[in-house]
Amino acid sequence: MTTTGLSPAAIALNRFGLGATPLAAAPGDPRRWLIGQFDRFDARPASFAALPDAGAMVKAYRDQRQALRQVSSAAPSPIDGVATKPAKSAEQMVARQDFAQDVQALYRQAVQARTQSALETQAPFVERMVHFWSNHFCVSADNPQTSAFVGAFERDAIRPHVLGRFEDMLLAVEQHLAMLIYLNQIQSIGPDSLAAQRALTRNPAKQRGLNENLAREIMELHTLGVRSGYSQSDVTEFARALTGWSVGAQGPRDDGNADDFAFRPNLHEPGSRAILGKTYAQPGVEQARAVLVDFARAPATATHVASKLARHFAGDTPPLTLVSRLAASFTNNRGDLPALYHTLIDSPEAWAPTPVKFKTPWEWTVSALRGLGREQVGQLQMAGVQSQLGQPVWKPGSPAGWDDVAASWAAPDALLRRVEFAQRLVAPIGDTLDARTLGPKLMPASLSAGTADQIGRAESPGGALALLLVSPDFLRR
Amino acid sequence: MLDRRRFLSFSGLGAGALLVAPRMALATVATDRRFVFIIQRGAADGLNIVAPYADPAYARLRGALAIDPSSATKLDGTFALHPSLVETAKMYGQHQALFVHAIASPYRDRSHFDGQNVLETGGTQPYQEKDGWLNRLVAMMPSAREQAIALAATVPMALRGAARVTSYAPTSLPQPSDDLLLRVGQLYAADPQLHPLWTSALAAQGLAEGSAAKQDPASLGTLAASFLSKPDGPRIAMLETGGWDTHSGQDARLAAQLKALDTLVTSLRDGLGRAWAQTTVLVATEFGRTAAANGTGGTDHGTGSVAMIIGGAVKGGRVVADWPGLAPSALYESRDLKPTAALDSLIAGVAGESLGLDPPRVARMLFDRSDSVTGLIAT
Repeated sequence: MTTTGLSPAAIALNRFGLGATPLAAAPGDPRRWLIGQFDRFDARPASFAALPDAGAMVKAYRDQRQALRQVSSAAPSPIDGVATKPAKSAEQMVARQDFAQDVQALYRQAVQARTQSALETQAPFVERMVHFWSNHFCVSADNPQTSAFVGAFERDAIRPHVLGRFEDMLLAVEQHLAMLIYLNQIQSIGPDSLAAQRALTRNPAKQRGLNENLAREIMELHTLGVRSGYSQSDVTEFARALTGWSVGAQGPRDDGNADDFAFRPNLHEPGSRAILGKTYAQPGVEQARAVLVDFARAPATATHVASKLARHFAGDTPPLTLVSRLAASFTNNRGDLPALYHTLIDSPEAWAPTPVKFKTPWEWTVSALRGLGREQVGQLQMAGVQSQLGQPVWKPGSPAGWDDVAASWAAPDALLRRVEFAQRLVAPIGDTLDARTLGPKLMPASLSAGTADQIGRAESPGGALALLLVSPDFLRR
Repeated sequence: MLDRRRFLSFSGLGAGALLVAPRMALATVATDRRFVFIIQRGAADGLNIVAPYADPAYARLRGALAIDPSSATKLDGTFALHPSLVETAKMYGQHQALFVHAIASPYRDRSHFDGQNVLETGGTQPYQEKDGWLNRLVAMMPSAREQAIALAATVPMALRGAARVTSYAPTSLPQPSDDLLLRVGQLYAADPQLHPLWTSALAAQGLAEGSAAKQDPASLGTLAASFLSKPDGPRIAMLETGGWDTHSGQDARLAAQLKALDTLVTSLRDGLGRAWAQTTVLVATEFGRTAAANGTGGTDHGTGSVAMIIGGAVKGGRVVADWPGLAPSALYESRDLKPTAALDSLIAGVAGESLGLDPPRVARMLFDRSDSVTGLIAT
């Protein structure tokens, strides 16, 4: 490979940031430029703030469905589908279709908001960390309810805490309705809770009880990490502790907000819980909160988070020295995220002068848009584009989030798609940008001779720009 | 040798009936026999797919979720097939389908992601093996008669390894100009990672011309069959299905999943025509689900499940099971169906017999073990 070494400025712009732009000057002091972004980050940019209130929409839909159900059938059809469903009336079908369309429109608007924020941000490194944490605490928009709230989830649970403490982000995430719905928590009921006792008297045939999905994924994916020493019993006990964690407006008589966390004491499993050798005797909502706080401070969590962070900046198989240093920083600073980012920025392993990561479709598209100087997402339908490129935004289809290794993204079809998209992207630009000067600007003192040569020999200005965007240099960071 | 064996893979981007659109990958090897692996990601509920209706504990554990034997296809005196598997039931009647119950990979914890890694790599621990057993299987075959091709955005773990993988998926983006394609090829010529990917991408482009771009299970089965039935086409395929993680609302979701699977296999069969007689389809999942229903109309992560073997080459019409029972004392960790059969042995035997390879050798090369379950495929 004919790759010249990457300059620190190129690494700061492209590996830490979201990609250089044609107008901004290369940072003279890359480390300072990154740290300075902590003061420039906008947690609630206009595009995100403008997202409509999904809670009101879902509440209206639930009320409408409830009303239709009462009209069309005497037999109640529970939301969770436990009982056999009566045939849906035409009105119900229409209501469902309208809701699905509203949700899709809202999802697409949220993707546009995320893209807009990535294009206009003055803190691209912090914005990258938002994307990192959003993928770590993944809510996959696989059904209408999670699709409706996934934008609000990133805005309200991730963005406000990206420069805060891990513990606070964890609590915000696990109390957000997108997560509570996605991992089935709002349906989970303590087997000995008041609600379960009452349900048993009413209808002994209908079993209601625990769902351990959220408990397991918190331990496996959000905090401790898989194979870190917890048992099935720890998972079940934690699931019991989590019972009662729910959201407002779950019924027609509930005046609460569908997008607010609500603790429901009647659903909570009474008694104390034993998790990882510790007894939790706290009452009500405090019980699971105490467990979460302990998980957030556990050494296993520090290692888990450090490994993922190191993989994101120092290569698919990151140096263990970096993982240990990041884990120590996480522990010593009690999960303070800016301190963790400081440690990362001060680590030589993150500044390796050869490209260490193959960009994901999202990273590549954002860097291409920024590289071409686009400041407004405008009419570009980013949700559709990312589906075409193989990484539909917020839809990895699993709570583990997207993979962060090249093997998942560097595939033949993926390359062809990028070439197709690059050609489409440069078409309206024509000769207003010169790839020969743009290349060294986007990758200061780092563009390889081979790429510079090919760009110089392209048959048209547009062709040269497309080649720059799909060059080996630009596909990696 | 290895560079002549490439994979053909296919990625679904539209929303099919399966919650996650199925994806496909194929490999070209020199044989007339076909082997297809369908992975069910998310832990499919074996106890409701092939329901042990005669086990006295079944109805009690499952409650409202239990499959009603009067609406299901009775396979024998113990087991009944989920009513959504209409065509599969007919194939069972024609001795073209069999089920192996109470089966599991060596993995004994309950993480999807670790469980799928073990299932696909063929290791005994997560992330112990760096390549997939299907890739190693291709390496055991005589080399391909023609260069292979690919259709997929990404490559499933079971297919990753020394044998080069290529991919393709239908696109609505405008085709790049020939000039741009040529120059990109020059740009990647010296790049050890990008050059082979690009070569494969262009080959896949050529092969896929005229293929339907639809992503529903029927179209996917037909597309897979069209490649597998070409005289010099690929002989090994992998299809990925998702959406099996039924923590809630299981009845409706599992019924839809199985209907899609039934359609997928049927369209594959119909598309293969006479080649179906030499075809084996193996359907397997990373682990099963809890014996008891959970509190939310679903089931949580479990252990033992069921594997399906379908095809014209299968000696079917039976359920293979050393049934452990569902009594409280018989359950694994007091909650799951206890595995009494090893999925790795089954894969070794079925893949070996299907492709005319020596099953013990396949077991050694793929899973580093000596046992293999044989006698299930007509050789």
